[in-house]
Amino acid sequence: MKCLRLLPIFLLFLSYEARSADGTAGLEPQLKLALRSDPKTFDPLLVDEEAGETIRYLTGGVLIRYNRATQKLEGELAESWKLSKDGRRVTFVLRPGLRFSDGTPFSVADVVATLRRMMDPAVHSPMGDSFRAAEGPAQVVVERPNQVAIQFPVAVAAVERLFDQIAITSTQSSNKERSVLGPFTVSEYVPGDHILLKRNPNYWRRDERGRSLPYLGSIRFDIQGNRDIELLRFRRGELHMIAGLDAAAFEQLKSERPGVALDGGPSYDNEMLWFNQVAKAPIPQYKKDWFASQVFRRALSGAINRTDIARLVYRGYARPAAGPFSEANRLWFNTKVKPHPYAPEQSLKQLQSAGFRMVGGKLHDSRNNPVEFSLITNSGNKARARIASLLQQDLAKVGVRLNIVPLDFPALIERISRTYEYETCLLGLVNIDPDPNGQMNVWLSSAANHQWNPRQKAPATPWEAEIDRLMRLQAASPSFDKRKASFDRVQEIIAEQVPFVYLVTKHVLSAADPKVKNVAPSSLLPQLLWNAHRLTIATESASR
Amino acid sequence: MRPKLHAAMRRLCACILIATFAAALLASFIAPASYETQFREDPGAGPSAKFLLGTDELGRDRLSRLLYGSRVSLLLAPAAAALAICIGLSLGVMAGCFAGTPARFALGFTDLVASTPSLLLLLFARALLPLNVQPATSVTITFFLLGAVGWTSGVRVFAAAASNANNSDYIRQARALGCPTRRLVFVHIASALLPVAAAQFWVLVPLFLLAEANMGMLGLGVSEPLPSIGNLLAEIQLSPQLWLQPAVLAPAGLLLVVLVSLQGLLTKERAS
Repeated sequence: MKCLRLLPIFLLFLSYEARSADGTAGLEPQLKLALRSDPKTFDPLLVDEEAGETIRYLTGGVLIRYNRATQKLEGELAESWKLSKDGRRVTFVLRPGLRFSDGTPFSVADVVATLRRMMDPAVHSPMGDSFRAAEGPAQVVVERPNQVAIQFPVAVAAVERLFDQIAITSTQSSNKERSVLGPFTVSEYVPGDHILLKRNPNYWRRDERGRSLPYLGSIRFDIQGNRDIELLRFRRGELHMIAGLDAAAFEQLKSERPGVALDGGPSYDNEMLWFNQVAKAPIPQYKKDWFASQVFRRALSGAINRTDIARLVYRGYARPAAGPFSEANRLWFNTKVKPHPYAPEQSLKQLQSAGFRMVGGKLHDSRNNPVEFSLITNSGNKARARIASLLQQDLAKVGVRLNIVPLDFPALIERISRTYEYETCLLGLVNIDPDPNGQMNVWLSSAANHQWNPRQKAPATPWEAEIDRLMRLQAASPSFDKRKASFDRVQEIIAEQVPFVYLVTKHVLSAADPKVKNVAPSSLLPQLLWNAHRLTIATESASR
Repeated sequence: MRPKLHAAMRRLCACILIATFAAALLASFIAPASYETQFREDPGAGPSAKFLLGTDELGRDRLSRLLYGSRVSLLLAPAAAALAICIGLSLGVMAGCFAGTPARFALGFTDLVASTPSLLLLLFARALLPLNVQPATSVTITFFLLGAVGWTSGVRVFAAAASNANNSDYIRQARALGCPTRRLVFVHIASALLPVAAAQFWVLVPLFLLAEANMGMLGLGVSEPLPSIGNLLAEIQLSPQLWLQPAVLAPAGLLLVVLVSLQGLLTKERAS
C-alpha cells in the first residue's frame, strides 16, 4: 500500500524530468540557443555588436519597429506617427497605459530622456550621429502628454527607420538596463557562460485571441563561440534553433532530420570581386588601364559562370547576384537589373574589340602584355577558396590567368584600405540595413568603403559623379518614390559600369526544432528571433 | 622479430616507398586528369570506373589530385627537413665541439630564433613576396621557409651528441694522433651524429607536412588549385559526413602508409 501511495509522486517526478529534458520545464516553455559572444554592454544606446543587438531587440521597446517579414514599419510604443512634408519633423502619438517590466509607468518623459541622452555627444551612442547634423542636433519637443515630436535641422531620408534601434529606457526605475518595454527582460547573466531572458509580465502586446505575449517563458542563450560545437549541440537536441548555417551543414541536417532545416531564400548578402582602380596603387600602369576599362570589367564579368558557383560552392543554396541588393529586398531591388549572363564567347569578342587578342590560348593586350593578375581573398574561408578556383577556370577560358592569393584578414584589410597593393579582391558584402542610406559609405566616391577607389577628393569618372549625385539626392528626399527612382538608377549604373562584379547571393540557411512553432527566418538580425514574442514550443502531447 | 621476417618487412616497406615516390614523380604521366580540371557535372562523385577515388566538390578527380599532391609534399617535406637538419647539425656541432664564443653564439642564436614566433617570421616573409608568383614557386618557398625556421628543436640534441662524441676516447685518441679538426668533425663526429640526425629527420617530415596544411590558413601554404597532402588533409575537416565519402580519407591513408613504411626502414637501421 505504501508503494501505491508513493506511485503518484514518482510519476510526477518522472513527468517533471521528461519536461525538463526537452526544455519545457514547468508551464513556461524555455527556448535554448547559442550566442557567439558576450554582449559588450546591456545599455541599449551603446550597443554596437551582434550579441548586444540581439539582446537589445528582445528586451528593448522601440517607438517604431521594422517588420523583418513584411519589410514595413509598424508602430510599437508609438500608436501612430506622422512625418512632415519637408521630412524634418516626426511626431509620435504614444500608446497609452504601458508599463516597464518593473511596473513603472511609461510616459513621454521616458522618450524625451532617452532621445536626449542618445544625442548627447558625451554618451558616444552609435545611433547619435544620425541625429546630429552640421546645422545642429535634432530637437525633442513634447506637444501633448502623449505626443512627442523630433525636429531635425535638415531633411533625413528614411528617418523613421532610425527609431527601430532606439530602445526607450525608464527615467524612474532604479535599474534602467533591466527595466524594459520589450517582450523579455534580462534575468540572469553569467559572463562567458549564459544569459537568461525571462518573459516581461508587463509586455503590452496581445495576440489575435487576446492572450498576452510572449508565449515563451524564457530564452536561454549559451555563450558559444565555436560554430561546430553549436551545430553538435543542436543535433543532440540541446539547442532549439541555429542560424547562419553553411550549405554543407544545412544539407547534413536536412538528410538527418527532414523538417528541421529551413531555407529562408535569398539573403541580403552578396559575394563579389572588384578590380583595384586606385590611381596611386603600386601595380603596373598597363594593369591599371585594364581595370579602368569598362569593357574589360564587363567582359570578365560575362566570362564568369555564376550558376556553377551557386551549384558547386553553395550546393544550390545561392543564386546569381545582379547588384548591391538581392530580390530579398523587395522595396529597393531594381527588377530591371539582371545578373550578367555567362557568355565566354561574347566576352572574348568584347575583349577583342577593345584591342585584346589571343596568342597561343593566352589573352594579350594591345601592348602584348599577357593578361594575368592576382586575386586576393581572406584565407580560411573555404567557400571563397572554391569560388576563386571556379573563377580561375572560367577566366582561363578567355585566356586570362588568375593567381589566387589567400591572405590572413588583417593583411588583406591593410592592402585594400591602406597600401592598395593588390590587383583584384574577392570578398563578401553583408547588408545589415535594407535601406540604401546604409550604403552611403560604399557608393560615395569620397567614402572609405568605396573599395575599388576609396577616398577620392573628386569623383574620378563621370559615372561615379552621377552615383554621388543620385545617392545624395535619395538621402535628402522625403519621398519614397523619388528615392526609389534615384537608387534604381544607381543600380543600373553599377550593372553597366561593373565596379563590383557581383557573383552570388547566399540563401538564409537555418534550422529549428520542429517543436518550435511560428519560426520565420529573416536575413536581418536577429534572424530567427525577430518574432520571438510569437515563438512557442509545442509540448510532447501537443506536437503529437 | 625473427631476422627473415624482419628482412621481408623491410623489403615490403621499401617497395611501398619506391612505388609511392615513383607514382608521385610520374604523376604527370599516370594521373587520369590534370589536378585542376573541373568536371563540373560530377561534383562530389563517389568512386567509379571514371573516377577511381571519386571527385571533390568542384568535380576535380581525387586520384589525380592525390598523385600531384604527393609529388608536392613527399618531395618537398623531406627537402625542408633536410635543410632544417643541415642548419641544426651545423650549429649543434659548433656548440658541442667548440667551447667558448662559438658555442655561446650557436646556442644564443638558436634561443633567439626559437623565442621568435615563427608565425611572425612567416607573415613577414609572405609580405615580402610578390602576389603574382606561380603556385610551384610559392610552394617551394613555403617549404624552404619551413626548413629555415624549423631547425631549432634539434640543435641542443645535436650539441649534446656532438659533445659526447667529442669527449669520447676514440676522438681523444684521434686528436692525440694528430688528426686534423676538419677530419675529426666531418668524418668521426659526423658519423656519430648520423643516427641522431636520421631520427630528427623522420620527426620533422610529418611535422612539416602538417605545418604546411596549417600555413594554408595564413595564405602561406600551397594555394589553389595546386594540391598538397596538407591541403587535401584539410578537406577532411570540411567533410561532415565522412562515412558517405570515405575517399576523402585517402590522403590520410597514404600519409600513414608512407610514415609507417619509413619507420619500418628506420627500425631495421636501429636493430642493425
